[in-house]
Amino acid sequence: METDTIAAIATGLSNSAISIVRISGRDSIKIADSIVFLGDGKSLDQCKTHTVHHGWICDGKEIIDEVLIVFMKAPHTYTGEDTIEINCHGGSFVTARILETAVKYGARPAQPGEFTKRAFLNGKMDLSQAEAVGDLISSKNELALKNSIRQLKGSLKGSIIKIREEILYEIAFIESALDDPEHISLEGYPERLDAIVKRLCACLEKMIDTFHEGKLVKEGIQTVILGRPNAGKSSLMNMLLGEERAIVTDIEGTTRDTLEAQINLRGILLNIVDTAGIRKTEDFVEKIGVSRAMKSAEQADLIIYVADSSREPDAGDEEILSFIKDKQAVVLLNKSDLRPVYTEEELRQKTSHPVISFSVKDGTGIDRLETELESMFFLGKIQPDQEVLITNIRHKKELKEALASLHRVKKSIADHMPEDFYSIDLTDAYEHLGFILGESIGEDLVNEIFSKFCMGK
Amino acid sequence: MQDRYDIMSESGYDIAVIGAGHAGCEAALASARLGLETILFTVSMENVALMPCNPNIGGSSKGHIVREIDALGGEMGKNIDKTYIQSKMLNLSKGPAVHSLRAQADKAMYSRQMRMTLENTEHLTLKQAEVTEIVTAGDEVTGVIIGTGIKYNCKAVIICSGTYLRARCLCGESITYTGPNGLMAANHLSDCLKSMGIRMYRFKTGTPARMDKRTIDFDKMEEQKGDEKVRPFSFSNNPEDIAREQVSCWLTYTNEETHRVIKENLHRSPLYAGVIEGVGPRYCPSIEDKVVRFADRKRHQVFIEPEGEYTNEMYVGGMSSSLPEDVQLKMYHTVPGLEHAKIVRNAYAIEYDCIDARQLNPTLEFKKIKGLFSAGQFNGSSGYEEAAGQGLVAGINASMKILGREMLVLDRSESYIGVLIDDLVTKENKEPYRMMTSRAEYRLLLRQDNADLRLMEKGHQVGLIRHRQYEKLMEKESLISQEIERAEHTNIGTSDEKVKELLAAYGTQELKSGTTIAELIRRPELDYEKLEPIDPERPHLPWDVKEQVNINIKYDGYIRRQKKQVEQFKKMEEKKIPETICYDEIPSLRLEARQKLKEFSPISIGQASRISGVTPADIAVLLVYLEAKRRMEDHRYE
Repeated sequence: METDTIAAIATGLSNSAISIVRISGRDSIKIADSIVFLGDGKSLDQCKTHTVHHGWICDGKEIIDEVLIVFMKAPHTYTGEDTIEINCHGGSFVTARILETAVKYGARPAQPGEFTKRAFLNGKMDLSQAEAVGDLISSKNELALKNSIRQLKGSLKGSIIKIREEILYEIAFIESALDDPEHISLEGYPERLDAIVKRLCACLEKMIDTFHEGKLVKEGIQTVILGRPNAGKSSLMNMLLGEERAIVTDIEGTTRDTLEAQINLRGILLNIVDTAGIRKTEDFVEKIGVSRAMKSAEQADLIIYVADSSREPDAGDEEILSFIKDKQAVVLLNKSDLRPVYTEEELRQKTSHPVISFSVKDGTGIDRLETELESMFFLGKIQPDQEVLITNIRHKKELKEALASLHRVKKSIADHMPEDFYSIDLTDAYEHLGFILGESIGEDLVNEIFSKFCMGK
Repeated sequence: MQDRYDIMSESGYDIAVIGAGHAGCEAALASARLGLETILFTVSMENVALMPCNPNIGGSSKGHIVREIDALGGEMGKNIDKTYIQSKMLNLSKGPAVHSLRAQADKAMYSRQMRMTLENTEHLTLKQAEVTEIVTAGDEVTGVIIGTGIKYNCKAVIICSGTYLRARCLCGESITYTGPNGLMAANHLSDCLKSMGIRMYRFKTGTPARMDKRTIDFDKMEEQKGDEKVRPFSFSNNPEDIAREQVSCWLTYTNEETHRVIKENLHRSPLYAGVIEGVGPRYCPSIEDKVVRFADRKRHQVFIEPEGEYTNEMYVGGMSSSLPEDVQLKMYHTVPGLEHAKIVRNAYAIEYDCIDARQLNPTLEFKKIKGLFSAGQFNGSSGYEEAAGQGLVAGINASMKILGREMLVLDRSESYIGVLIDDLVTKENKEPYRMMTSRAEYRLLLRQDNADLRLMEKGHQVGLIRHRQYEKLMEKESLISQEIERAEHTNIGTSDEKVKELLAAYGTQELKSGTTIAELIRRPELDYEKLEPIDPERPHLPWDVKEQVNINIKYDGYIRRQKKQVEQFKKMEEKKIPETICYDEIPSLRLEARQKLKEFSPISIGQASRISGVTPADIAVLLVYLEAKRRMEDHRYE
């Protein structure tokens, strides 16, 4: 169905030393031959597959760049099609010029994910791998990228395949015992199966748990800004965002609801939630805001507590300090530009979290905040490399369904149901895990392929 | 050529059925009952509905097929109800999905009764003759030619040749070129089929010896009696109508001595000596196979079953063999109770021609030859019930085709017959195909007890189920749903002393809060029947209605989950692949998948996904292609 030839810059448009332009499709050799002049004077179709050649990229008589050409014939390529990779000198201008030339000679600029789509359609990767590539394309920071690559290598795939194999074995055992009761006995089997299912449940639970961490890396760290009214929370958010998102006034309780935004601090993605100030209030709307603030703080991965150095701490401050005791938090002592009433020393005595003297107004302390967050992230509990990370909502959903099915098997065993009932839920669990690998093909999956790869009319 | 037949040809038939075994009988009865002039050929009038192997009908999963045949308007269930000599519901300790009815048949009576039914059916002609040729014009069937050279013109032909095509029987070194039981083989039709371009396989199967009852010592065996209350196979019969005196079967075991005799003589087994070219069934192995495959087993079950009421022959179930007669004698004599047994008929293996059934549509019509249908062992299955189920479908569809009506295709989610046919026409089948409960993915829905609820409407649409019986079914359906509704809404209080007593008597937890009859039925310790004493409003209902109420309430959660699985399955089944599809237009399809898809031209994505050699990735490619095509076409019309 996909017969035309596509080209794209495969390395991103940053000013790196080397960039790669990739061409894939039926005519990729022909197109490359018309823009590449090899050092040894050969044409690419005379070359052996999976070889590297030195040469120049030319548009007619104009020489654009000196390059290395990686020449790979189908089917052993990423997309499963004839593929040329041009390793050129970095810099967006040269790279873009090479892509432009490839397009001039017959290639079509690839859409996002199109190489991957072809790889998938040509049977070069399973769905979980393809989706990891999808995440890779849309991932907003380097850490998520690292995780995507891990997933691509198939650690998720490996674990799920193993669990599926075990389930399949049990299904097959039950079935064969039903078909050949003379030779295969089910005596003592329910107890045996119960132990196996318990173990598999634990595995799945663990995988689902890591989803939380996986999400953290891909979608950023849930960060909540807390502080008493008018401590400067919204101003901090606006400063970090570089835009006026929250309404800032001098009136206490201006922020009545929570506001959310995503910011990138040194490659770490934070999902920041600005909250209503914590204080005892009679205002109905503000009351809701306060309770929402506490609720989102409860679920947060990180809390930024903004204290006000120009005023004596009140009951709201005490409440926050005791709340963040067992959480990941950074304390900003704001308004360092004003005369301090509440000092850094006083605050340090009350908390073990890092305290940074800060001024939203003149930007004092922003570097320290960034450094602090970075080190917390890398040294803290959140370690993206430790476990299988589930970076995809669909994966989590299927894992949960599979887990629920296995719980039903446990219930059937506990209820002393006849053995032939176990296989209904075992089969469900098997299928749900299969959906992650693309080994069970359901309707929804196909729709997803279409939405993800933007296959239009 | 054409002139020859103009002189000697008979017309006036719509359908010719080749072979009067279990498939042929159902096929011929179905088409004749639907009003089509039908001629049924058999090499011998003495072998109509012959049971050349085991003397029973039904059993695990096969019993399901018999009840489905009955629900669709077939004959097998009615015939066995008339001629059974023992009946038993198997697997009662397991879930209702695997309960299976099995009846011992009086073989002679079974055959005679079926022959009588055939002989007294309007529009049906029986003819003793060997069909040697199938005549076609272009890609369409026009008739058959029999051994004497006469041509019978017809619009459709159904091949149900069983194990007779180029059959040969092996008993050790002794080889005879006959069909089962020493009957005449059919040696000509295979060549004609091959010349028509049909791919043939060669399969084998086998049967054990028959012993003289007077020489068996039953004291050394365990007696196996029939059920006290017999369940009929046919939905048109009531249990009390078919109750009768039953005979016993007997259970004994092989031992290490038996296994030693077999192992020492394996080189004289035609199978192990490489004389047999045919492939045998793994699921119905000979005793040689069992001894080799389960080498660590110290014993295997042997069932001694009567062949009929008016014969002394006893069938030795579980010990089919192709070893020579002298080894057979030695081997059988090691079994307790058989020490002095005399063999009436030797065990033997039989080889025969059959087809690669992937050449058929799910309607059982050949993809490339219009009007040619086939059923039974000829399609690579094994077993009487599997044959009969296919025969019925082939008979119905040949008729539907001639009548210009929609053909009947049963899918995997509605019947075992659907599973059977789908497996045969879709999957590569390298050995005789035997039905098993594990082959049915949705078996909790495909129970033997609800075959009528599943299929009788289809039988009625086809025209084989009379209106009155269909009305009875509707009535049963409404009684079931009313009673389920009532049970779901009948409250049971915590303070009722009678309730407390009943719960305690069955060892189930006492009530902490009010509940319903339905909730109590779902408790593992209880069922619908047991709750009668605390359910004063309960109406008087027939036993089969009560059974459905109990199963549907008790296993409600499982049934719902299975129905969800079916929904997913149906989605894929309903995605039809247009006949005009050109697989070469899809370059991203792997070569192997493309070849397979071109070869078998599946009718739906569901069927395509079950073809061996087609991977889920190929299916995804196919789905994406079809979807892209659909979107393009939508776009065109916008």
